[in-house]
Amino acid sequence: MAVIASTILLVTEYRSSQISGVRSTLSVVVDPLKYLVDFPTALIEHAAHSVSSYRALKLENERLREEQIIHQSRLLKFEALEKENIRLRALLENSFKLGEQVLVAELLSVNMAPYEHIVVVNKGTRFGVHPQQPVLDANGVVGQVFRALPFTSEIMLITDPNHAIPVQVNRNGLLTIAMGSGQLNRLVLPFLPSNADIHPGDLLITSGLGGTFPQGYPVAVVDEFTTEPNKAFATITATPKALLDRNRELMIVWSKSVPVPLITKSIINKEDPSDEVK
Amino acid sequence: MRLNNQVSYFRIILTLILAMCLRVVPLSEEMALLNPDWVLLVLVYWALNTPERVGIFHAWIFGLLTDVLTGRLLGQYALAYSLIIYVCLKFHNRLRQFPFFQQGLFIFFCLLLSQLLLFFIKNLQHPAQLHASFWLPVFTGMICWPLVYGLMRFVSVFRFIK
Repeated sequence: MAVIASTILLVTEYRSSQISGVRSTLSVVVDPLKYLVDFPTALIEHAAHSVSSYRALKLENERLREEQIIHQSRLLKFEALEKENIRLRALLENSFKLGEQVLVAELLSVNMAPYEHIVVVNKGTRFGVHPQQPVLDANGVVGQVFRALPFTSEIMLITDPNHAIPVQVNRNGLLTIAMGSGQLNRLVLPFLPSNADIHPGDLLITSGLGGTFPQGYPVAVVDEFTTEPNKAFATITATPKALLDRNRELMIVWSKSVPVPLITKSIINKEDPSDEVK
Repeated sequence: MRLNNQVSYFRIILTLILAMCLRVVPLSEEMALLNPDWVLLVLVYWALNTPERVGIFHAWIFGLLTDVLTGRLLGQYALAYSLIIYVCLKFHNRLRQFPFFQQGLFIFFCLLLSQLLLFFIKNLQHPAQLHASFWLPVFTGMICWPLVYGLMRFVSVFRFIK
């Protein structure tokens, strides 16, 4: 009977993934375990924070303040550029999505399964997290929400062998797809021909195609480009910008679903419900 | 015999919860490949020693919880665990008489069967490449069996002083 029950479960979830209710109910039982396993790590970190010396704290504070001033001045410019960009887009009669809301989530140090780059964070559907949301850190794209449970959610990193992310080369806008390689410090770009205009050192940013990831976030830097005469496609590898193995704080992003209205055609645009990002 | 009958559900469930914690404990990448299936080891111990307490139903429930915990397709650990516990219950009288070495061999085949089932289900989802290190937890599980056995024996005999 147990065999039949589990087979039914397997088939139904494989076919339709309609029983997420069962999973989220059971996860309420299991999630405390994840927090329990994470507890020693969190405790050590907390202890390290609370015993760090006055001098070190002061130094860090100074450094952060300096950084903040620099960033603030950059932001001033950025705002002006943003406005200018909207105006220019309006000239091209092109709508423009702008502005995202983020939620800072903390990583739980839990090891789900080998061979898969899936991490667990401490924010779930209680905070409005839903599957396929993009996840970033301060340096770049980390991955996407793979499964949202009530108290935790599972995030698939961009380096997972089953993950692919649409990217473009920042220098010339060349579009391609970056796939995970199974190693934490490497992405592969398998779909570019040998004569593609791409060099080591090129920055790859999200292209916004596919609708999952918002456009323009840094993903990776190309570090190797080798062509072999007997193969149709070049072998290109890239290093992710995000610190995938070192960060504990991640940002879950909500893209604002309403595009910034056009200046010339703002009334028409407001009535237009076409919007692929949920 | 009297002793075995008095092992409370509290201890069984507590050890199983501990095993589930060990299952997801953060380890380095190489160590994670070696991490054996603790939940199955503990379940097998209880099924061999207190077959009147731990049955297929428990195995199924804890399999399902392990599925949720490790983010697998729901039901694959449930299937594997309930099948293996069925075998254990079928042969528990004979197995308890076996010398330690033979018991270890039996555990090895249990773990192998579970891993085979998991691989089979994984392969049904999408054809997967078989990595040699996929089978490592089977061996480490067998090596850990004496440890689990000793600890669990201690847990089931241990009594709070009244």
